[in-house]
Amino acid sequence: MCLAVPGKIMTVTGEGPLNRTGKVEFGGVLRDVNLAYVPEADTGDWVLIHAGFAISTVDEEEAALTLEEMKRLADVGGGLIGDESDREDGPVS
Amino acid sequence: MKHVEEYRDPEAVLALAKEIKRITTKPWTIMEICGGQTHSIVRFGIDELLPDEITLVHGPGCPVCVTGVGLIDKAIELARNPELIFCSFGDMMRVPGSDVDLLAVKAEGGDVRMVYSPMDALQIAEDNPDKEVLFFAVGFETTAPATAMTVAQAKEKGIHNFSLLVAHVLVPPAMEAILSMPGTQVQGFLAAGHVCAVTGYEEYHPISEKYAIPIVVTGFEPVDILQGMLYTIRQLEAGRNEVENTYSRIVRPEGNLAAMKLIGSVFDVVDRSWRGIGEIAASGWGLREEYHSFDAERKFNLGQQVAKENPICLSGQILQGITKPHECPAFGTLCTPEHPLGATMVSSEGACAAYYKYRRQTSTTA
Repeated sequence: MCLAVPGKIMTVTGEGPLNRTGKVEFGGVLRDVNLAYVPEADTGDWVLIHAGFAISTVDEEEAALTLEEMKRLADVGGGLIGDESDREDGPVS
Repeated sequence: MKHVEEYRDPEAVLALAKEIKRITTKPWTIMEICGGQTHSIVRFGIDELLPDEITLVHGPGCPVCVTGVGLIDKAIELARNPELIFCSFGDMMRVPGSDVDLLAVKAEGGDVRMVYSPMDALQIAEDNPDKEVLFFAVGFETTAPATAMTVAQAKEKGIHNFSLLVAHVLVPPAMEAILSMPGTQVQGFLAAGHVCAVTGYEEYHPISEKYAIPIVVTGFEPVDILQGMLYTIRQLEAGRNEVENTYSRIVRPEGNLAAMKLIGSVFDVVDRSWRGIGEIAASGWGLREEYHSFDAERKFNLGQQVAKENPICLSGQILQGITKPHECPAFGTLCTPEHPLGATMVSSEGACAAYYKYRRQTSTTA
């Protein structure tokens, strides 16, 4: 039930603290989504949608860091990545 | 789809599985909290990629599964009220109460409607001013922003024919309940990524310290789950107990502050009864006094029923990670998604339903 799907904000259609809304595309489908909880997100940004609400913005830099870590792991076939010295390159907060 | 497909890359999945195998030297038991993660693990066969030393146990993270029978009985009583339009997420419709489920009430002629968002239920209330409209607010922290906003908007708009039967539950107290059980096997947690998207993960530090257990915030795709496991196993092998975040594209340490602010203004922390587990102190959210006029339990005079669980069903043990679904004698025979004995077979995220859908052929040997 905690299923949430990433989607891209196509337009912001309504403003106001409770009523910030927009059209968000996911998988080729446009849906009206409440954007009140992601006041920083704008057209072109990716957000995570659950039950009609954007509950988080997708951090593209963090996504790229994770994918880069996975690529390095795949490139060496496992075995070299993951020492303590590598950890600060990963997505650990 | 962007931000999904990349995390299903077979090369990355195999590299992660290989790395996990390389670093694992001892047996470890790890629990994934969230039913969405259970579903991914069983669907993609992630557990079958892990070395024999790693045991995965499926946690109680399916709000549909843990909603107490007593609350479901109240929902059924309300749904039978001819003056009322009863709205619910689809997952709740077939969860058995003491006697029947909501779908049976709908078949009897009750006005029971499935909605995608609580805001849809509020819209139904605006469109039907001569009817009482009720929303069955089930969910973990992930769903609470939607519920809180719906209540806040109902108040702002002065909509009086709308109320909620609130069943919101909280993850950290359930984690502590599992860790406090005698004989608990769990040595590491994959924390539920979408719960943490809302709440952040500051609250997990004291749990990690108190029980000396690694907690790794984890996403839902195969790469996410294996990455969460890799970080957990690294900690276990190194004797570390920390909170780490491998779902940093979505989860910030502080969570979603705007959502937490509204949640804090609408909800108070309350005790909750968990199906199969029992009462857990301070493990739910209920409406604050200012919003009591939207509380269906106060608005309607509900009868006192004695909640009855099916005696054959082992869902309580399954929700605590003590028993695996296929170890239940009723699994796939007396209990199927068409004729469920317990909630874990009903919900699409219930462990029994996931095993039934993806593992039925191997149920006797898995």
